Amino acid sequence: MVSMTQQPHQQAFNPYTENGGTILAIAGADFTVIAGDTRQSEGYNIQTRYAPKVFKLTDKAVLAVNGFAADGNMFVKKVKQRLEWYRHAHAKDMPIRSIARLIQTMLYARRFFPYYVYNILGGIEEDGTGAVYSFDPVGSYEREACRAAGAAQALVQPFLDNQIYFKNQTPAPGTVFPQHLPLATVLSIVIDSFTGATERHIEVGDGLEMYIVLSNSSPTLQDLQGLRGVEEVTSTNDGERVFIVRRELKKD
Amino acid sequence: MNSLAQRFSNNGPLAQIGKATSLVSEDDDFSDAAWGSEAGFGSVAKGVPTFTVPNVPDPTAFLRLHTDDHADPSCRIKIQHGTTTLAFRFQGGVIVAVDSRATAGSYIASGTVKKVIEINPYLLGTMAGGAADCQYWETYLGMHCRLHELRNKERISVSAASKFLSNLVYSYKGMGLSMGTMICGWDKTGPAIFYVDSDGTRLKGDLFSVGSGSTFAYGVLDQGYRWDLTDAEAQELGRRSIYAAGHRDAFSGNTVNLYHVKEHGWDFIGNYDVNKLHYDGPGDVAGSPGHGYGYDVRTVGLSSANPPAAAASA
Repeated sequence: MVSMTQQPHQQAFNPYTENGGTILAIAGADFTVIAGDTRQSEGYNIQTRYAPKVFKLTDKAVLAVNGFAADGNMFVKKVKQRLEWYRHAHAKDMPIRSIARLIQTMLYARRFFPYYVYNILGGIEEDGTGAVYSFDPVGSYEREACRAAGAAQALVQPFLDNQIYFKNQTPAPGTVFPQHLPLATVLSIVIDSFTGATERHIEVGDGLEMYIVLSNSSPTLQDLQGLRGVEEVTSTNDGERVFIVRRELKKD
Repeated sequence: MNSLAQRFSNNGPLAQIGKATSLVSEDDDFSDAAWGSEAGFGSVAKGVPTFTVPNVPDPTAFLRLHTDDHADPSCRIKIQHGTTTLAFRFQGGVIVAVDSRATAGSYIASGTVKKVIEINPYLLGTMAGGAADCQYWETYLGMHCRLHELRNKERISVSAASKFLSNLVYSYKGMGLSMGTMICGWDKTGPAIFYVDSDGTRLKGDLFSVGSGSTFAYGVLDQGYRWDLTDAEAQELGRRSIYAAGHRDAFSGNTVNLYHVKEHGWDFIGNYDVNKLHYDGPGDVAGSPGHGYGYDVRTVGLSSANPPAAAASA
């Protein structure tokens, strides 16, 4: 006979895991770079060497997601769906500041069952300036000049603070630090961030995908001409332009 | 609000109907407004937005298990915490001062957070506790303040706005919201401050400080506070108090944001780096002592490299 004292016991509901990787975005005067590595891992196992974490939403907005990959992919899918509905209703793309607010409400709608995802949204504002918005998993957000998130956040962000915000640096006498850096400089900072993170973090590596969003008729376009392996992924031909640059990272 | 309560009770008749409908159709989350531009707030006139809740016997235990509860650093989802905020009423209006640090565990997630939420030109809300909770619900409060203006042809009182917020968070009591906020503004009755938190507390008062650094801020605030402070003195007191908290509380710091609410609404006074305040002071602003808050007072006169002001000028 089954003992009457035995309590029914329940398995804890644990729908989350952590899939590693790192994402990063930097805003320039009239462009934004949004980048992520392509390794996906669980614990010490590498599940795949190519799982994109950065997604083009519109010609002026790119979203990078990091944390739990399944939640991230589902979240990107739902954001894209809402943006498509907006396009059908208004015959134009949603401005990036509105996408940022939309993402806040979508994340906060899951306040009691959160998406385990850190989002970074990058692109071009309506006034043509580069913009980066960063989010916590339940939707608090802020516009910034640069942000790193994910496994190697604590390695990359201090590097960015030093190279983008010039923290703990003193300008040479008679000079000032620039407000905005040119694209070529930003791209090399992004590449250095990821090669550095790959060296010192086991969850970062394999490949690097960098999205570059350029404002309409930006002179920065010339900086892209000589770049190795640059691929344009713009969908319309009279607005902002989006490019992808891919680089290999170490695979061990 | 009701739909949430219904989802939580698992034996009421409405819950039974809810379960039945959710079995029949997977299509749920979207109101017609979602198809347009109202970005999820489309239901604002009809009631509060709906929330997804995990299908487990105790959803709050689920949330507690997975989100940051300060005591458990191993949990996955880190919600940003740690703050010093203050607001006080005086002869010249209301001073609101906050720091700008956000921490996740011991990591400084951001040093540039806007912890004063500009609800409308006459109302400010401060942010302590969960950043998303404060940002989201105070934005939501702002939309309802606007609706109040349209319906009643006059601005909402600070009292009514704060009570709307406190009733709102009270309806979610025990579900894990975390906010400690001061609703500050100027209405028919003059300057006003209400403290509202996620436990449901709502207090009217002249002087409040909220957050992990509040004890340090209170120390400076209480010794310098008088009703008849001049505008310059009051602004300096707010700045100096947040500096003290930034200096002594590890979870506060980076920069000070200072606001002054007057009859015509709020003014942003300035942003001050805490480290600069320590060594150089606030610079050429009203109420500035003309020297650093922390360094000079500790070093002047102690060595020939730092002679007393009198000796240096002689």
